Amino acid sequence: MTQDYNFAYLDEQTKRMIRRAILKGLAVPGYQVPFASREMPMPYGWGTGGVQVSASILTPEDTMKVIDQGADDTTNAVSIRKFFEKTAGVATSEETSKADVIQTRHRIPEQDLREDQILVYQVPIPEPLRFLEPRETETRKMHALEEYGLMHVKLYEDISKNGAISTSYAYPVKVEGRYVMDPSPIPKFDNPKLEMAAVQLFGAGREQRIYALPPYTRVVSLDFEDYPFEPSKADHACDLCGSDTSYLDEVIMDDAGGRMFVCSDTDFCRSRRAAGHVGAQGVPFEEDAA
Amino acid sequence: MQSTALTGGFAKAPQDAARAFRAVMNVMARPGLIETLTGAKPPAPLSDAAGTLALTLLDGSTPVHLAGALDCKDVRDWITFHTGAPFTGREHCAFAFGLWSDLLPLAGYPIGNPEYPDRGATLVVEMPALTASGVTLSGPGIKDAAALNLPDRAAFRANAMQFPLGLDFFFTSENRIAALPRSTKVEAA
Amino acid sequence: MYVAVKGGEKAIDAAHAWLAEERRGDVTVPELSVAQIREQMALAVNRVMAEGSLYDPDLAALAIKQARGDLIEAIFLIRAYRTTLPRFGYSNPVDTEKMACDRRISATFKDAPGGQVLGPTFDYTHRLLDFKLAADGEVPEAPTRETQTGPVPHITDFLNQEGLIQTEPTSDEAPRDLTREPLELPADRALRLQSLTRGDEGFILGMAYSTQRGYARNHAFVGELRIGTCAVEMDIPELGFAVEIGEIELTECETVNQFAGSKTEPPQFTRGYGLVFGQTERKAISMALVDRALRWQEMGEDNLGAAAQDAEFVLYHADNIQATGFLEHIKLPHYVDFQSELELVRKMRADAQAQTMPEAAE
Repeated sequence: MTQDYNFAYLDEQTKRMIRRAILKGLAVPGYQVPFASREMPMPYGWGTGGVQVSASILTPEDTMKVIDQGADDTTNAVSIRKFFEKTAGVATSEETSKADVIQTRHRIPEQDLREDQILVYQVPIPEPLRFLEPRETETRKMHALEEYGLMHVKLYEDISKNGAISTSYAYPVKVEGRYVMDPSPIPKFDNPKLEMAAVQLFGAGREQRIYALPPYTRVVSLDFEDYPFEPSKADHACDLCGSDTSYLDEVIMDDAGGRMFVCSDTDFCRSRRAAGHVGAQGVPFEEDAA
Repeated sequence: MQSTALTGGFAKAPQDAARAFRAVMNVMARPGLIETLTGAKPPAPLSDAAGTLALTLLDGSTPVHLAGALDCKDVRDWITFHTGAPFTGREHCAFAFGLWSDLLPLAGYPIGNPEYPDRGATLVVEMPALTASGVTLSGPGIKDAAALNLPDRAAFRANAMQFPLGLDFFFTSENRIAALPRSTKVEAA
Repeated sequence: MYVAVKGGEKAIDAAHAWLAEERRGDVTVPELSVAQIREQMALAVNRVMAEGSLYDPDLAALAIKQARGDLIEAIFLIRAYRTTLPRFGYSNPVDTEKMACDRRISATFKDAPGGQVLGPTFDYTHRLLDFKLAADGEVPEAPTRETQTGPVPHITDFLNQEGLIQTEPTSDEAPRDLTREPLELPADRALRLQSLTRGDEGFILGMAYSTQRGYARNHAFVGELRIGTCAVEMDIPELGFAVEIGEIELTECETVNQFAGSKTEPPQFTRGYGLVFGQTERKAISMALVDRALRWQEMGEDNLGAAAQDAEFVLYHADNIQATGFLEHIKLPHYVDFQSELELVRKMRADAQAQTMPEAAE
């Protein structure tokens, strides 16, 4: 009972269906196109939407990069990267600049992406209104009527209760002045990067939705005049590479509250250290030292 | 069935379709961009680019409308053999292929509905040539402005006015392809 | 000095090797064969086939072995395998009236033409652990009787002759395929039934049970429950007729439910329907009850706000592969999002403190 799988695992009919959905997603930026998501050989919620999108866009000549939390070496990123090495035979790389297709969970790479790159997001809940209205039948109507008042009420209630908008990730955006879109659970620090040169594709497998942002699409984080959107990060520099512009992870070092801050984008940090940058607790970079 | 129907498909379908789709996606993501699209050798009068697009996107679940001279036995047999797509009138089609004059008027094609705007049809317009000049384009996918020799201006402006409903277009000529989604603003040259 | 944790790939490989070892267990105990699972764990195999939506007892048995007996994991293996299979076509609807029944019971009539057949049921076993099974016990041969041939009409049809039960509308329209198209609401009955038959047995059971306890109660009796094999036929266009491509075991349940009537229609009984792969009667009965509850609009009943009446709620949460995947994904790292929450809470606390102590802040 052995089985040979098709190039990039999915059968051609499934790929065609997903490809058609991607094209409609690009034609109507920010609108969630329903698609008949397949069961993948990894669980729903673990990137099946992103994997199906990647499988449908990969060509044999591509180099692929997979990150989770900004890191190439997180276990699920490793697992997805292996899946594509095995089923599509594509080259893989941890270097952002060498990748044609980057599949990501929860982060946008620090380095600006180019026009010839494609960023594929894994999306758990594609519907930005879902936590305000659990019914798909209702939220679909709200998008159709461009009825986004509920979202503004929620953000405003945050302000009156907490003095600030209390959404720090999966921060909703408006696309080209029309659709309110969930950028996937990226930290709001990454929101400004959503306007970029690369094609961005979003896949939600369990929820059966694909959506897209063509290059340079206008993407505005929702806010109020008196409470403008603020991307935020830890108020530190990376302790390894010294970057004070990158998004940081806080790492607990000991039981006494000791901690350090390091870049969440491991390739960005590595390349800075390779270029000679050293952070407060860093040591000079040596190839293969880590 | 003519023997022309059986030939001209992808040599290695998964890989050829993947490369073809990359070109198709690139042009849809960047309105006005012209790319090369090859892989299929359809019978005349279907262009190589339109034929390759057909093999990349069509199957039994995509009703197709062939307009004008494209609605001939050779093309029908070829599409049937290679894709299994059913033929239909313009009002029920997911894809339509033809010369601009044969595809008109645009009013009869599905444009989707407010809850499902993705149900708007995709029209593949066969062109004598594609050049990056003529009508000025702006909108998603375009950094500042792009240009393309669209066969009309008013029709595309009217289509864009219906956003998020509307039609999406590919333009094909020999082995070249460009696209114009409904999101693109069409201005005077 | 902090060194980023590397070696995810090695850790994964080691975990897989350990898993394989645990799967095998004590090597001094003989290994289970797929055939043993197929023959002796048949009800587990049936559940995996039903919820995996693939009728193949050998593959289901293999999946159970590979999944160490975790049936949801086994269902997942089958689903992932199934989804890559090419489609040759769709069979004709199976004719359950021609079922070769192993079991056929009705709760609504004392007897019926053809008789009630208990079949291989747990129903009247006393649930006492049988320690003989712990030793290798030979099984005494079960008594047999002459096989009955010919059609086995549905018991609800007897009610239909008197017009006492609602006639289901018939249609030659091809139903939509839940596994090939995204779910769209409102879903028609064919789609709802597809979702229920592959839905999680525990979830469907819970929903059905809730209707019995009063959350959209619909007074169900088992009109008929039958288990047996049916031929599967497929039209071959080149031949111009249908050929039998195999046979499958099915469980079918029709419930007779409370009657409804209106000014124009005299009172009639109504039905719920369940049809599931294999011998899976708990599931088939549950499915029929939930099917009936979901038909409230069509029956002109009130929406009582019960979960089992809510098609969107039931259909979006019945699939255990979707549910378990999303549930378990919260094990994955979320530290980037947690960090942004941490920063926000720190900032809001700092702002609040500055407001309550304005002098100190200045």
